Amino acid sequence: MPRVTPQATPIEVRGLVKRYGELVAVDQVDLTVEAGDVFGYLGPNGAGKTTSLRMMLGLIRPTAGEVRLFGRDPQLSVKALEGVAGFVEAPSFYPYLNGRENLRLFAALDGGGAAERIEESLGIVGLGERAKDRVGGYSHGMRQRLGIAAALLRKPRLLMLDEPATGLDPGGMRDMRDLIRELSASGMTVLLSSHLLAEVEELCNRVAIVRSGRIAYQGSLADLRDQAGEGYLLRTSDQERARAVAAAQPGIEEVEASPEGIRFGARDEEAVGALSLALAEAGAPILELSRRHATLEDLFFSLTEGEGAGPTTSPRSGADRTRTPVEAG
Amino acid sequence: MSPGVFTVYRWELRKLRAQRRTYLGLGAAVLVPIIFVVALVTQSGQPEDVAFGRYLHDTGLAVPLVLLLFGSVWMFPLITALVAGDIVAAEDRNDTLKGLLTRSVERQQVFAGKVLATFTYAVLAIALTGAVALVAGILASGFNSIVSLSGTRVSAGEGLGLVGLSLLFYLVPILAIASIGLFFSTVFRNSAAAIVGTLMFSLLVQLVGILPGLGSIHPYLLSTQFNAWQGFLRSPVDWGPVIRALWVCALYAAPALFAALLVFLRRDVAGD
Repeated sequence: MPRVTPQATPIEVRGLVKRYGELVAVDQVDLTVEAGDVFGYLGPNGAGKTTSLRMMLGLIRPTAGEVRLFGRDPQLSVKALEGVAGFVEAPSFYPYLNGRENLRLFAALDGGGAAERIEESLGIVGLGERAKDRVGGYSHGMRQRLGIAAALLRKPRLLMLDEPATGLDPGGMRDMRDLIRELSASGMTVLLSSHLLAEVEELCNRVAIVRSGRIAYQGSLADLRDQAGEGYLLRTSDQERARAVAAAQPGIEEVEASPEGIRFGARDEEAVGALSLALAEAGAPILELSRRHATLEDLFFSLTEGEGAGPTTSPRSGADRTRTPVEAG
Repeated sequence: MSPGVFTVYRWELRKLRAQRRTYLGLGAAVLVPIIFVVALVTQSGQPEDVAFGRYLHDTGLAVPLVLLLFGSVWMFPLITALVAGDIVAAEDRNDTLKGLLTRSVERQQVFAGKVLATFTYAVLAIALTGAVALVAGILASGFNSIVSLSGTRVSAGEGLGLVGLSLLFYLVPILAIASIGLFFSTVFRNSAAAIVGTLMFSLLVQLVGILPGLGSIHPYLLSTQFNAWQGFLRSPVDWGPVIRALWVCALYAAPALFAALLVFLRRDVAGD
């Protein structure tokens, strides 16, 4: 087995497949998380994110493909989880033991100096006062925080968190984000599965967007926005006429009506200037003409919904969609 | 020092100490002999058709031996199944297996720790029943000599040793039942199903034992091995049933444990 080294890539996944009979839950996933990344793992409900995470942690046996954590295969031995911690779905504990005892149990199973980090970990997540209470009486948010504390016992270099902010109140979510930011700043690599797009946008430098078990996009957020391009929003006093003028204007593309106004793409800024003149001449004075950047939500929808969705799809089409919360799988 | 089987075992015992079902089982192991002796004291009769039943009013040494006979039907299998059927399935119920298996102990070490904890509980249950039955029996009927199954009178001191040996050997079929409970617990991933399954298995084997025309397989039924300890209470010791019980119980326990281990090692922890 290759020795774990500080230089080894924290997560390398190649051709990962998980089938349940006819159902392909994870389909040829390739993933690379580099040291220092806060890597967002995004996808709608049932996209196979949690199944992927479970395979990465050695909890599920892949049908095909391989996972390497710092160069080691978690399917062969838990030694591959050296320097790795986290949780999938909600962290779970023994409800009849108190918080501190649960951590003592995990620390005992971790060995090393884990037991000496119990109080420090409880302090970091703000559970020091409630650690003597049975976990059966904990709120969801407290369990989430205890899950982080249990992960910190291992003094991880790679933290894998599945929906860590789910079920938290706004204050709890803010605290969780602050904590992830602090851990990342301390040099920890973080894989963050989240359905909260704003959270990923705020915390992550790189993302993978998964759709129907496959990676639809992987790379930096900046590159994703560059690939998606940008569009314009137009409002005039006569929308019907303006739409017709825009559709006929050279250099103006993908003209669409939306509740906010007319959305379109442009070859260059000159084409937009020419359009403004054409609208005035056609008797459709401009009320608003503004540049619209694609939000991560736009990009997410364009990558995960509809036929042939992909990173080259214009975010403008996604921008017209109803902004319903995205559930993670 | 790296954590291993002993670490898991120690924490499995801690978890058992924190659960009500443990005390339900151990409570039954303590209460049943007390109830039995109270009933014995308040009645003049005794179970004449059961080995040592006729000596219940003569010596307290007979009490644990009669309880071993009665308890093999469902009491001890049920007490054993309460923990054996739950110890793996509870991890599924609480969804804690994922946390356990992402620490620094291998799956086989986790399984071995659970097997040892289950066996420890079973040993404690039998020890408690035996100790309480002895104390209550001696208080009720005195610490007197007992007549062996061969009709020879055995002194109280020697009888006490034989009772201890019988209790110890009774663990052989009990541990086989525990192994089967662990198998059901691992495969069913549901405590109730595993506990009921273990009890049903035990009762089914006993049912086969009373079916006419199946006499030739009686020596190889698990239920028969619950009587093997009686070999120690013959003069000289009848080693035949004792030795047979050892390998017959091993034939029940080893495949069950091995199959459970394989399932545990290979299973997907998918949180379903």
